[in-house]
Amino acid sequence: MAASKFARCGHAKDRVLPRELDEIFRREAGRVLATLIRLLGDFDLAEEARQEAFAAAVEQWTSRGIPANPCAWLISTGRYKAVDRLRRDAVFRTKVMNRELASAEVDAAFPDEADDATFGDDRLRLIFTCCHPALSSEAQIALTLREVCGLSTQAVARAFLVSEETMAQRLVRAKRKIRDAGIPYETPEPPLFEQRIGGVLAVVYGVFTEGYAATSGARMVDAELCGEAIRLGRLLDELMPRHPAVLGLLALMLLHDARRQARVSHAGDVILLDDQDRTMWSQTGIAEGAALIDQALSIPASPSPYVVQAAIAALHARARKKEDTDWPQIVGLYEVLLRLQPSPIIELNHAVAVSMVDGAARALDLIDSLRARGEAGEYHLLHSARGRLLHQLGRDDEARAAYAAALDFAMLEPERRFLEARIASLNECRSRG
Amino acid sequence: MQYLLLIYANEAEMAGRDAPSMATMIAEYTEFTKGIVQAGQFKAGDRLKPSSSATTVRVRNGQRTTTDGPFAETREQLGGYYLVEAKNLDEAIAIAAKIPGAKHGSIEVRPVWTREG
Repeated sequence: MAASKFARCGHAKDRVLPRELDEIFRREAGRVLATLIRLLGDFDLAEEARQEAFAAAVEQWTSRGIPANPCAWLISTGRYKAVDRLRRDAVFRTKVMNRELASAEVDAAFPDEADDATFGDDRLRLIFTCCHPALSSEAQIALTLREVCGLSTQAVARAFLVSEETMAQRLVRAKRKIRDAGIPYETPEPPLFEQRIGGVLAVVYGVFTEGYAATSGARMVDAELCGEAIRLGRLLDELMPRHPAVLGLLALMLLHDARRQARVSHAGDVILLDDQDRTMWSQTGIAEGAALIDQALSIPASPSPYVVQAAIAALHARARKKEDTDWPQIVGLYEVLLRLQPSPIIELNHAVAVSMVDGAARALDLIDSLRARGEAGEYHLLHSARGRLLHQLGRDDEARAAYAAALDFAMLEPERRFLEARIASLNECRSRG
Repeated sequence: MQYLLLIYANEAEMAGRDAPSMATMIAEYTEFTKGIVQAGQFKAGDRLKPSSSATTVRVRNGQRTTTDGPFAETREQLGGYYLVEAKNLDEAIAIAAKIPGAKHGSIEVRPVWTREG
């Protein structure tokens, strides 16, 4: 059956290079897995089937050429291999069949009618399953990186700074929960859809922020994770076109990523926005992000917090010199964001923006009222911002104490070095003065 | 699939309710139960007496011990349950969210172990 699908590429006699195969496998891995999970109803079975299909492809494509639709060939072969295995392995078959999961409708013709829309639907199903709110947020991110992005367990473990064994166990537990709890392999229908899309976007942004500012350890930016998050954002935009929150998130990630090179020094130290070499910002990324914001704003809907955050990032990114930054508009956008999604971190950022418009004293009042409410007291950036404002107001002793408090809560090595340098420079001022 | 929906609530807070508020709650539960019976999702369901009436039994090396009170002391106590039939977890969660107790307590959604696994 599969053999008849060998519509050769017209150059069957040409040698198929391993590089070509690798490229196809990398490109199709996600789609093949997503559809196999639907057909077979089981993550592990689908992964094994994909492995076997790839192995069969290496063998057959090398001698017979690459089929016209490699993705459909791989899915058809993978399903055939899995069904064959189920038939051979009676125990496995009883187990799976009884679960009614592998109502694999074994003989139902599949690949002939499969088109890009089917593959797209399956990928979206897989994303919603991996990002199901019944899974812990850690498990959601790990599963998405493993199953949707196709990262190896080792690579996912590295991203979380845990051992490969720990990550493998976490993934096994998550897949077991999907199976045991009956988490459906489905894209939710409205109105649940809008509720769940927020969770999916949080996972994608979680991958990005994990990459952009790893929460502990020596690395500041993990470019690989940022790249995966942006790829996921693009995939969501392709699968759910013209969704304002998706556009906003993709824009936000592109705009942050455009500044990535300028954000960390060669020595691995943090460089604040003010001190960044703006010629190092990627203008391509900034232009793409800005265009996405325009697209999002053209869609009539209540503003998504991601679009507002992206708009703030765009105002920073568009200022070629720091003096050109449109601070009054940034303050206004933070006020919109505070209404949509109140949080101590946004309040803090709002206060910092206010300092650029109304001065340090006014901003310090805002931060101190935030601190008085007992919120964000353990957030190092709050103390660090206080330190800067106090220094601007000439209150260096208090500034030093604020930086010291920040140091108590900062976990990243580069951030700690930055704070230590600030304290040292204040000490120097004192001894000189 | 079958799911057991365990209803947890703060007993002290429940005990402090006045008669009209209890009557409203009972009416809401009656309405909810009727709904899931009509939808063919209801398998069983009961309200439990307070955890102060609970006894915990253990048998170790053939020795039976009984202790007063529930297995675990928690802020919220098990106060009732529903056993429902649902297509998948999303449907079970949708049912759980309609249980009147979900508005002030918590509902634990547990798939039931069946012969098929």
